[in-house]
Amino acid sequence: MRHTLAVLVENNPGVLARVAGLFSRRGYNIDSLAVGRTDNPAISRMTIVVEGDDRVLEQVTKQLHKLIDVIKISDITADEYVDRELVLIKVSAEPEKRGEIMQIADVFRARIVDLGRRTMILECTGNEGKVKAFEESLRPYGIKELVRTGKIAMLRGSRYTSITTNGSREDE
Amino acid sequence: MEKTGAQIFVDSLMEQGVETIFGYPGGNVIQIYDALYDADINHILTRHEQGAAHAADGYARASGRPGVCLATSGPGATNLVTGIATAYMDSVPLVAFTGQVSSALLGRDSFQEADITGITMPITKHNYIVKDISELARVVKEAFYIATTGRPGPVLVDILSDVAAARTSQEDCGPVNLPGYRPVTEPDPEQLNRAARAIARAERPVIYAGGGVVSAGAHNELRLLAELILAPVATTLMGLGGFPGDHPLALGMLGMHGSKYANFAVNECDVLIAVGVRFADRGTGKRDLFARDAVIIHIDIDPAEIGKNVEVDIPVIGDVKKVLAGLIERLEKKLPGAWQEKIQKWKKEYPITYEENGRLKPQQVIREIFKVTNGQARITTDVGQHQMFTAQHYTFTRPRTFISSGGLGTMGFGLPAAIGVQVACPDEIVFDIAGDGSFQMNVQELATAVNYQLPIKVAIMDNGYLGMVRQWQELFYNRRYSYTELINPDFVKLAEAYGAVGMRVTRPDEVASALREALDIPQPVVIDFVIEREENVFPMVPPGAPLNKMLG
Repeated sequence: MRHTLAVLVENNPGVLARVAGLFSRRGYNIDSLAVGRTDNPAISRMTIVVEGDDRVLEQVTKQLHKLIDVIKISDITADEYVDRELVLIKVSAEPEKRGEIMQIADVFRARIVDLGRRTMILECTGNEGKVKAFEESLRPYGIKELVRTGKIAMLRGSRYTSITTNGSREDE
Repeated sequence: MEKTGAQIFVDSLMEQGVETIFGYPGGNVIQIYDALYDADINHILTRHEQGAAHAADGYARASGRPGVCLATSGPGATNLVTGIATAYMDSVPLVAFTGQVSSALLGRDSFQEADITGITMPITKHNYIVKDISELARVVKEAFYIATTGRPGPVLVDILSDVAAARTSQEDCGPVNLPGYRPVTEPDPEQLNRAARAIARAERPVIYAGGGVVSAGAHNELRLLAELILAPVATTLMGLGGFPGDHPLALGMLGMHGSKYANFAVNECDVLIAVGVRFADRGTGKRDLFARDAVIIHIDIDPAEIGKNVEVDIPVIGDVKKVLAGLIERLEKKLPGAWQEKIQKWKKEYPITYEENGRLKPQQVIREIFKVTNGQARITTDVGQHQMFTAQHYTFTRPRTFISSGGLGTMGFGLPAAIGVQVACPDEIVFDIAGDGSFQMNVQELATAVNYQLPIKVAIMDNGYLGMVRQWQELFYNRRYSYTELINPDFVKLAEAYGAVGMRVTRPDEVASALREALDIPQPVVIDFVIEREENVFPMVPPGAPLNKMLG
């Protein structure tokens, strides 16, 4: 089963290498990993999607906790959360096909961010299912290039995954 | 007052109470060595950085205080790697400092540059690269804090050479700020209650004790608990000395070369109390058949060890010493019954023994070392047959007296570790029980022992083979001794060339007198015991077999 982890880490050099190295040497599979700093510049947040049963997830979580730079880990899989991914797709777009492609973009609320003589770049944001459907819809036109950010996620409602500025933990 | 980075480094070590460091100079630590020149810190110059790391490790294992080593950038740093990995696998508090090229040269494949923080990431508890002098004092403080608290382990600090040379008037190093590091030491009372209830109900309890007992200083609590509930105690290799080997409840070591009675007891117990262990493969044999019928209670400071190798019924996270004390409070004295009788019967029926045939055997040498030292020596070993013979035939009664590379299995550990042990325990007898192969992996450290007049005794179990591999080749590869025979130098002359005393023993009746003679010499002594060439370590659980299927 796939799990979504929200991981708060100290924004130290090497922290990504520590996390990535841990996953590779212990043989855990990362589906996606997105990282960026939070409102507190000393702290970054990673959204890690990892494949594994409950035992594997327990080990992943515990091993991550052993990294000194990892401050907090929340497995939000079972909670209500919003997740988003951004994808940029460069697709073949001969003039006679452009109209069709723009209609597809409309359906997915995607944006055209570049228009070349024979290609277009489309930007689409959404959850995994939407991004996948968008990709499939464009595939017949010939995808030249595709890049996605990896999933980021946040709990719904008033609950949050955060730490206070003095570093103490706050669970809810 | 203005200070250089190197002075801050020295002052920070002093503040941590560091008395001795083991190291080797080089271009990018010159500044630090200049500050050490008139510092009130004892510096032991080893002959190889690997020797410095193992010596610091041995120092830490014997004393319980953090070991400190220092090396230059590039090859100096990479030479520490095996030593750091050794300490990591056995959870030894080691702080390794390395010099690094200056900031102007960093990342340009400069002379003697190696990315040592990248290299040591998977073999350190944590590591740092210090690029700014304002961070140096805090980082050193954090390094010692991390290395010595929670589950101990090595921490590496890489210091840029221009940081060591820079000057600052900054006084305060700032607070230790580690929001992601909070080891749990206080056990959860509810988990303690659960564990206590399971133990109270047990009819056939066994305690399985590891290195965590030794590093937590929990040997007294362990003995009290065992005596209270009359549970026999099997230890791992790392746990030797954590429970007195001569105690009626002692089962000695379990596992691949454990005693039959330890393996039988673990196999048949109904409650297994695992204390400061990690269920390593050499101890458990075939994992899914390990203590198959038992309720397993796992006591450890590291939550990540719970369920890592073996499914556990009742985990108790915390400082082993506190957990054991909490269990003792909750339990009542038990009376001996059929289980204790059965254990005694096994102990009588399957003693650890060896066949005497008039030739010199390693088991005899080790038993004689025990006798002439009244079991009071600090013993280091290398890795292989001699290490297992030592575990089986020397009765360890005190913690921190058996010092050996358990997890990583590092050949060449014994001699430099013995140097560190002797520095930590200047008034005690230190024996390095070595193999002829292992001894040669760090033999240069004899020069260090002579240099500092450290009266360590090296007993080489010399069979002209890489004995443990040869044993596997004999048993599992149809006696095809592929590259395991050694053509050795003359160890007596070699010892003499280094300025140590060399002796050779070839007959069983010479062993005791040679050992006594060696102990009377206040210098390093190397004794070449020319032993039976094809002696095997038994009992043996073949790889992949369950514990109760032993050979020999």
